[in-house]
Amino acid sequence: MTVLDDRPASALNGTGRPADIRIDLRLVADMVEPGSRLLDIGCGDGQLLYHLTHEKNVDGRGIELSMDGVHRCVKQGLSVIQGDAETDLKDYPSGAFDYVVLGQTLQAMREPRAVLEQLVRIGKYAIVSFPNFGYWRIRLQLLLQGRMPVTQRLGYQWWETPNIHFCTIADFVDLCRRCGVSIERTMILDRADRVVSHKHGRLANLLGEQAVFLLKRR
Amino acid sequence: MSASKPSATAPIDTAGLPGKRVRLGADRPMPLDSGLDLGPFTVAYQTYGTLNADRSNAVLVCHALTGDHYVLDRHPVTGKAGWWEQMIGPGKPVDTDRYFVICSNVIGGCMGSTGPAEADPATGRPYGLNFPVITIADMVRAQKLLIDHLGIEQLFAVIGGSMGGMQVLQWAVSYPEAVYAAIPIATASIHSAQNIAFHEVGRQAIMADPEWAGGDYLNQDRRPQRGLAVARMAAHITYLSETALHRKFGRNLQDRTTVTYGFDADFQVESYLRHQGISFVERFDANSYLYITRAMDYFDLAADHGGALVNAFLPNGKPTPVRFCLVSFSSDWLFPTRESRAVVHALNAAAANVSFVEVETDKGHDAFLLDEPEFHQVIRGFLEGCAEHRGLTARRHARTA
Repeated sequence: MTVLDDRPASALNGTGRPADIRIDLRLVADMVEPGSRLLDIGCGDGQLLYHLTHEKNVDGRGIELSMDGVHRCVKQGLSVIQGDAETDLKDYPSGAFDYVVLGQTLQAMREPRAVLEQLVRIGKYAIVSFPNFGYWRIRLQLLLQGRMPVTQRLGYQWWETPNIHFCTIADFVDLCRRCGVSIERTMILDRADRVVSHKHGRLANLLGEQAVFLLKRR
Repeated sequence: MSASKPSATAPIDTAGLPGKRVRLGADRPMPLDSGLDLGPFTVAYQTYGTLNADRSNAVLVCHALTGDHYVLDRHPVTGKAGWWEQMIGPGKPVDTDRYFVICSNVIGGCMGSTGPAEADPATGRPYGLNFPVITIADMVRAQKLLIDHLGIEQLFAVIGGSMGGMQVLQWAVSYPEAVYAAIPIATASIHSAQNIAFHEVGRQAIMADPEWAGGDYLNQDRRPQRGLAVARMAAHITYLSETALHRKFGRNLQDRTTVTYGFDADFQVESYLRHQGISFVERFDANSYLYITRAMDYFDLAADHGGALVNAFLPNGKPTPVRFCLVSFSSDWLFPTRESRAVVHALNAAAANVSFVEVETDKGHDAFLLDEPEFHQVIRGFLEGCAEHRGLTARRHARTA
């Protein structure tokens, strides 16, 4: 379940081929080598998996919390199970996948650190994307209004949000350091999903609305 | 029950049944888990659709405890429609325009495959309790001999629910190279204590019937019909859910406006169960019921692999090549979702390719046989994905599903 985006399912056009996939997913897809083995955690309706399977010949699997999402995936012929990343990841053997993807979901985990550690254990690489709470608009909202920020992308009130563990890019970089996770690639995206930086310094933390990281266990 | 004693006493004439049959294990008897050998023996089966030139489109259907190979045919004894017409047929999820569907009666059964009601070649008289105890793995061994006989090296898919699902799991574990895709439905890798307990009630009902005659009833021209009917009644309850029973019957009375202060079938649910019991004995052999329930009780895939189910899916230490799709039903308390999930976890631990869906329904265990559109869409999608991956060409005839 992508917690940030509840847009309806995969834009399958009449040909059965996916229309252009969401830009943030495309950035994730671009990091993946063709023919690799990949696990998409919180794969939603399977948009990324479908794209990778058909365009990059990826051996893709998914875990999805919502039954509705699982049904939609399996009906498209994708290998997806209903499950909870926080309890089920421990079952997988180390190095079982080339990539493990966690898209826009880390901030909804009860134990993001434990999940991060599982990602880099199961996958040779992990690809993690999340909304940056250090984004200047968010900082400004809190500063000027004194209220929990609500943005277009983070449209929840504080008492209803599934996003219980927000972090900034700086916070995440710090967590990676603590967990022995090395950052192989960085992409910082602005509000229009344009890549504004490949660094994760103070400016990125201010200008990036979301971040995509390619990670590896050190 | 005395008023409704079934009238059928003649044994099923299996020699006259429609369908195909093959004699197997003639030159070399088939070794059984019990240590005994079986052979020669007969396997009765049906096929639907056409085997393609490279023999890559075969789908094996495994039937449940009291099922048989008449998947799409009108049943030769009951006259009822085929038991899985919802799932299989032209344009159906398992599309017979595209796939070559095979279903065989399990050994130990009573619809043409060798079982306790068939003649023991050694004596010429029905086996009765001289028939060797068989297991799910033995049933699958016999099916493998059938598949070899048909010249099929790899099945495109093996599909089945309940005991059929156990066979599917066993196929994937025993012959991973001979199965491309496995679809175990409403099943488990182990038969639970509660399920063994229900089976024992059924077996005791049969064995407590004096007409059972120590299992020798066929030689004495007797039939333990009351015992078998009670066994079926008890089992039938486990196939439904409390919600479904309430929805169908509630406390409605049967053809009366008040209770009779007696032990007639006052309630519709009683009448329904009695009907289930009586109609069952027409088409099923009591000793077969003992043998097949026993086979299910003995099923424990993990125990066969050092106690760890994951090992069952690591042939030669490598992840199984079989692609799995497991389905469970939310109101199934005979094979609850958690048992499917345990298999999924083991498959994950083996880094196997697996899909898993729980279908929301109030129809209980029997849901796999019923009209469940969501379930059927899942199977259709999974098979289409597998067919694409396997390089199977699209359906031979364009058809609007």
